[in-house]
This record gives sequence, C-alpha cells and structure tokens, in this order.
Amino acid sequence: MKISIQINEGPYQHQASDTAYQFAKAAIEKGHEIFRVFFYHDGVNNASRFTVPPQDDRNVVNQWADLDIKDAEGNPELVVCVAAALRRGMLDESEASKNGVDMNNIHPAFRISGLGQLIEAGIQSDRLVVFGD
Amino acid sequence: MLHTVNKSSFERNSLQSCLNTIDDTSVILLIEDGVISAAKNNNSSMIADLATQGRVYALKGDVEARGISSKLADNIKLVDYAGFVDLVVEHGTAVSWV
Repeated sequence: MKISIQINEGPYQHQASDTAYQFAKAAIEKGHEIFRVFFYHDGVNNASRFTVPPQDDRNVVNQWADLDIKDAEGNPELVVCVAAALRRGMLDESEASKNGVDMNNIHPAFRISGLGQLIEAGIQSDRLVVFGD
Repeated sequence: MLHTVNKSSFERNSLQSCLNTIDDTSVILLIEDGVISAAKNNNSSMIADLATQGRVYALKGDVEARGISSKLADNIKLVDYAGFVDLVVEHGTAVSWV
C-alpha cells in the first residue's frame, strides 16, 4: 500500500517526528511504500543538515535520511514546505542564492517544494497519516 | 476510520471531542501522551464502552515509557508500530486528533 506522512513538529521538542519515523520504518519493513513525507510548520526543522545531537542520542535528521525515501528517478521524497522553511531560516542552495543568503542548510536527502506536494501526496497515496501537536 | 489521539485528557479535550464525533465502526488508537487515558481509575470510563467492543488500541512503547503497563484499563489492545501500520491499512482514512 502507498502511504504518505505529514509532520508538523520539529525534532527534540515533540514526539511527533519520532513517532512518525518509527511508523514509517515499520511500514517499510512490512513491505509498504512510503510515497512521500511532507514536513510542514515547525516540522521543517527535521531537515537541517547542521543538526549535531550528543553522541549517545539519536540523530533524527539522519534517521529520516537513512530511510532513503525517493521516487523512481531518485529524487528525495522527504519534502519540506517552502514557505514554512524560508520563514524559519531553512534554505537549500537555490533558495539561498535567490534570497541573497550566503549559506544553505537543507540535508541532501530532503528537498524544498510547495504545498501542492502535500495535496498530490494525498491524492496519489492510499493513506495519509498526520503527526503533530 | 482510524482515529489517533496523542494528548492526555488532563491536557486537552481531544479524546472527548473524538469520542463525541466518531461513528460506530471507527476505532481509536492512543499514542504519545494519549496513552495516559488508557490507565485504570483515570479517564478510562470515557473509553470503557468502546474498549469492551474491542475498538480501543494503545501504542505499547508509549504505554511502557509512561509506566502504566501494569494498570491498563480493561480490554485495551496493545499494538507495536507494525500494529499501528496494520490499523492504518485496515481502517481506511486516518484522522489525527491533536
């Protein structure tokens, strides 16, 4: 079955991202397809490649990246909402240069896109499960 | 339909809102702080009828993390994350009460 996930909260402040990760991992282990994970609101903070938790703690960002959720062409299907991301200082290379910012911080396993990607995930998937506060 | 509730009923009334709204075929899965409502002598009366009908589940890891495994209300079914996935697959649309 095709399943998509929406995450509305950032890592280390709320259980949403952890629960969603364990859910996604279990779904993949059961042979289901995670079509897309959409990071919305504070959830965009799950995509920062600058995240450096203590060594004995889980790395939420890398955990998501390691699930290797991609489409058939190899594009990441960990999708970060552009408006929510830019507000919070989360930028990829293209958004950084477009907005005159000298740094970018989106992990390469994620990509920035628009809200249409969430709607499309809802249409293309058999199920959409929301995790938030 | 599957309804997930992730808040303790001490914090928010999302469980009550959910119970007021759902139809006779829906099931509830308590996750995160929502599992507090699965403890006996708390708000377990809220979900007792549904639990008797076998329609209340709680996420095992979250129940254990909050130390309420030994005082779970009657007829609450524990599931792991794989069981969570099965509930999503079996019950169609998943609604998250937050």
